[in-house]
Amino acid sequence: MLREWACIGKAQALSSRRHMAKQHKILLLDDDEQLLELYQELLQQLPSQPEVRVSNSGARAIAMLESELFSLLITDLRMPKMDGLQVLAIVRRKYPYLRIIVLTGVLDEEYRSRAYALGVDMFWQKPSNTEEFTLFKDCIESLLDHNVQSEGGFRGMQSKSLVDLIQLECLSQSSAVLHISQGAVSGKIWVQGGEIIDAAAASFTGEEAFREILSWKSGNFEILPAEPNRPRTIHNSCQGLLLDSAQAFDEGRGQQTGSETPLPGQAGHAPPANATLAPLARFEGVEFLLTMPTDEKTPCESWGLENAHEVAAWARAAQKRLRELGEELGGGVLAQVTGAGWQRHWAFSADDKKGLLCVGFQRTLPKEKVEQTMKHIFTKWVS
Amino acid sequence: MGLLNKKAASGPQRLPTGTFTVDAQGCVVSSTVPQSVPAELVREIGQSVVSVFQGARKANVSFSEMVVQYTTYKITAREMRGGAIIFLSPKAPKWVSPS
Repeated sequence: MLREWACIGKAQALSSRRHMAKQHKILLLDDDEQLLELYQELLQQLPSQPEVRVSNSGARAIAMLESELFSLLITDLRMPKMDGLQVLAIVRRKYPYLRIIVLTGVLDEEYRSRAYALGVDMFWQKPSNTEEFTLFKDCIESLLDHNVQSEGGFRGMQSKSLVDLIQLECLSQSSAVLHISQGAVSGKIWVQGGEIIDAAAASFTGEEAFREILSWKSGNFEILPAEPNRPRTIHNSCQGLLLDSAQAFDEGRGQQTGSETPLPGQAGHAPPANATLAPLARFEGVEFLLTMPTDEKTPCESWGLENAHEVAAWARAAQKRLRELGEELGGGVLAQVTGAGWQRHWAFSADDKKGLLCVGFQRTLPKEKVEQTMKHIFTKWVS
Repeated sequence: MGLLNKKAASGPQRLPTGTFTVDAQGCVVSSTVPQSVPAELVREIGQSVVSVFQGARKANVSFSEMVVQYTTYKITAREMRGGAIIFLSPKAPKWVSPS
């Protein structure tokens, strides 16, 4: 039966060869050699004719990902030594744009939830008949067609910028709530009869929230039902708002590259304000900021902190140790670490490209608020 | 087609849940973590937490409580006389990509 599919698939693949713009690469990870061979042959018959590479261990798969560029990883969960969830945790952290499908015989809601929380695109039970396998192939083909990294934009509507989406909503005079999320933070824009009436993101509301959301370069996007009773806080037109936001964004960039401007919280013994960090210090309760680039030779930047070198050394070591612990546990990516103390609270989060961000908060700020504010600061810093 | 799905339905290791205390050296003093969880893993968690607390004291960033958030897991630790009490709890995902 499987061989028959392979023959039919070959004919289809030949007919679509000329339409192929670029060849995708799929990495297939499973500890079962027979199964790897079988799936490799079957997946090579997809209309887009991807190159299918295989690995029978998590460590080898990670090594292959480091040396080659793949469009899609298909992994099993149950494997000796490093199981699929541990692989997912590492892969998602290192390759945030890689498409991932879990293909498993393990039927357990907990694993499904954990896999989705680790950011997999699909969770598939291994196909058991022709129809299921056809569906599976269709899904893979569809995923390969939509590559977030190469096309950019918001997942859920690739190749459209957020400005395009907002303009579309306004021009069509529709009523809806746009829910936009980037990492752990999210925002909403309320559109009523083609007019933007309100926005909310982090601790911002109204036009300020709208500008905040527009500063996000990528994320997820969905349209929620309209809320006609939402009070109006924005009275500017859609085009006016977009122009104002673009202007504010340009001015912000100009300030970052221009001369340093003192901030209210910077008086006294604090070091000179860093133009890059200054906008982040506006968030409620921020006492100090410290950024540590991924390359340890590049100097750290700090705002409002005296012993930056000591804190940086500790934060780097703590982040490394806790990240390795998470990988060993299979608990996923280390998202955030927060601490509460008598003098101050603090939090740190890491981004693979930018490095580590550590923020100190006034001790009067509630712990729950520290967590939320840190998410917003981190998202702003990364974007 | 059974060949495509021939493994038994047992899965990867489950995330440990429970509470345990460690002394200043990171040795486990008491624990409610199930025995099915490897002792080495529990010890590793304890030592990691204690080392973060100790490092923070040296860097003058002292604190009494720490929350470590992973995508699907949460570790909460409170300092206790140089050691710590540690709470382990898996998290349910709050958000799934709409794509």
